Amino acid sequence: MTTMEQLPTEEPRTSRRWSPRAQVSALYTRTGLRGWYSRLPRWGRLVANLVFFGLAALLPYVGSVPLIGPQIITNGISWGNTLFDMTYYVLLALGLNVVVGYAGMLDLGYVGFFAVGAYTVALMTSGDSVLHLRWGWLAALPFAVAITLISGVVLGWPTLRLRGDYLAIVTLGFAEIIRVTANSASFLRGDRGFGGLPHPPGSWPDGTKIFGLRDLRPYYWLGLVAIVLVIFAVHNLDRSRVGRSWLAIREDEEVAEIMGVRTVKYKLWAFAIGAFIGGLGGVLFAGYNAFMNSSTFVLQFSILVLAGVVMGGSGNIPGAILGGALISYIPDRLRGIEDPLTHTDLFQWRFVLFGAVIILIMLFRPQGLAPNRRRAMELKDRAREVAP
Amino acid sequence: MSEPHMESVEWEDAAAAHRVDRPVATGPVGLPAPRDPVDTSAILQVDNVTLRFGGVVALDDVSFALRRGEIFGLIGPNGAGKTTCFNAMTGVYRPTSGRILFNGAQVTGRKKHEITRMGIARTFQNIRLFPEMTALENVMVGVDAHHKTSVAGALLRVPRHWREEREGREQAQALLDFVGIGQRANEVARNLAYGEQRRLEIARALGTRPSLLCLDEPAAGFNPAEKESLLKLIREIRDRGVTVLLIEHDMRLVMGVCDRIVVLEFGRKIAEGTPAVVRADPKVVAAYLGVPTDAA
Repeated sequence: MTTMEQLPTEEPRTSRRWSPRAQVSALYTRTGLRGWYSRLPRWGRLVANLVFFGLAALLPYVGSVPLIGPQIITNGISWGNTLFDMTYYVLLALGLNVVVGYAGMLDLGYVGFFAVGAYTVALMTSGDSVLHLRWGWLAALPFAVAITLISGVVLGWPTLRLRGDYLAIVTLGFAEIIRVTANSASFLRGDRGFGGLPHPPGSWPDGTKIFGLRDLRPYYWLGLVAIVLVIFAVHNLDRSRVGRSWLAIREDEEVAEIMGVRTVKYKLWAFAIGAFIGGLGGVLFAGYNAFMNSSTFVLQFSILVLAGVVMGGSGNIPGAILGGALISYIPDRLRGIEDPLTHTDLFQWRFVLFGAVIILIMLFRPQGLAPNRRRAMELKDRAREVAP
Repeated sequence: MSEPHMESVEWEDAAAAHRVDRPVATGPVGLPAPRDPVDTSAILQVDNVTLRFGGVVALDDVSFALRRGEIFGLIGPNGAGKTTCFNAMTGVYRPTSGRILFNGAQVTGRKKHEITRMGIARTFQNIRLFPEMTALENVMVGVDAHHKTSVAGALLRVPRHWREEREGREQAQALLDFVGIGQRANEVARNLAYGEQRRLEIARALGTRPSLLCLDEPAAGFNPAEKESLLKLIREIRDRGVTVLLIEHDMRLVMGVCDRIVVLEFGRKIAEGTPAVVRADPKVVAAYLGVPTDAA
């Protein structure tokens, strides 16, 4: 084509054939672990994923590793408990990442969906519930996630026409509505809470229950399986028409709509999928704890998960996992360590230390620990606009 | 950011507001004879469209029609309401009164993405690409407008997902080749040269498979050689069966490529016809060159 020759071409013609990896390498030169991973062939990445999953599954035994192990495991709280807490925090971070990282909507009330999931399970299974259903945990699971998904749509439908700060305020309000309702509505039992929540079913060949009180590892493995399923789903969505629409909305919502993207529909999907994943986290939480009440779902929880997503690197699945795991692990690791000055447990100082860590990360690595490259570029552009 | 529609208000529209009280061309402004309610030969019909922003009249009873397969120019001095007219056609603004018909169907009141799917695509005067997406991905967003893969389909990786992804890539690459930046497919849009970005906008708009392509000052900032190759591209687009609406400042470019032209001034239509007719129209000359005060 003659028109092509008339344009100044700065770079030699590269391969015309499109491939995701060719595209990525053209975009950024990748170094380190991720560079190595992205250069692997398809089967190699599958093997790497399996190895990674295997290593994660072996985490309960990390304490037995000489030298490093004892440094990693927690002191003041059982290692199994810590690991399980990490799984639902990671789930929440993955879900919030869809809303904040992919679709670019600031959601400050994410804990609301976690609460909806957990409360639905409690209402359907607990003997304290007004419904008196006393279902099993597994039977309640599909209902709970479905109701969370619906609650995401119900909240999103009227509010997603808002953008940026306005949306953030509305979601903040949503979380407060959930909390106040949990406190004051009599059927949600406020502080008295729900007791006798059933654990997931199943028993070992010798008759003992898989999900009991002694051995906490099965809960962790269950959470791990849920995480793998969620990663699979989110990854598929990201690499599709849906992910492309989210990206277009994030970059320029008005133009996206003029180019034929149904912006409200895709924002609503992002919200609903985020809610679904958050609800799943709530269901797992309810399956582990025999008791829950309204004080479990405080606003700090939302902020903490958001901090995890931003810290890990929003828009990137490994980043969300890392962030979610850290916000849960760091405070737990502080338990049982005596502060040399005041002779109190370091856990008491967790918010101070945690705040300091976040400030340091935001100062020296504002794009997060393992960011999405595109998000990092967008952030840099915005910084340039503010202070060129 | 708070009010999406306000972002697009062009400064020239605001400037026009301060000039409406000045003496302007009065009397009949060369309106054609009243036409049938629906003109079947027209692909786009603008009927008596008036658009006010508060007290400001940005478009005053403007009527014209685009015929299928022509290159139609919309010109006028700064602040004449060209971009406003454009925004009304693509659903960004809603006319205060009047109607816009596309292939006989109402455009006014529809959502922007619906209008795109009906077959109207546009580019922007100040380039608005998705900056961190590659050139190919930018066009694929446009191509996606006619795809059907749902969230469930993407989640489960159904055959349609694979087929549409492959087709989308192929179509997007073909369009990039067509506009002449095929070798830059994998570059992020922000890293493209200015001229390449303008061409990418055209490719992205063509991706939505329009029957009407609206170009808002596509030659802004181009040197003569670039303008020449752009003209060629516009003609090629027309030869592929796409009607082209062109907003342009550069009179030479407009006169060289357009089949018919409408001239706006202060939100009113002052002339309509072939380039030769419009060029000879004293009102157009006056609008562009000014008239001595004693002659007005």
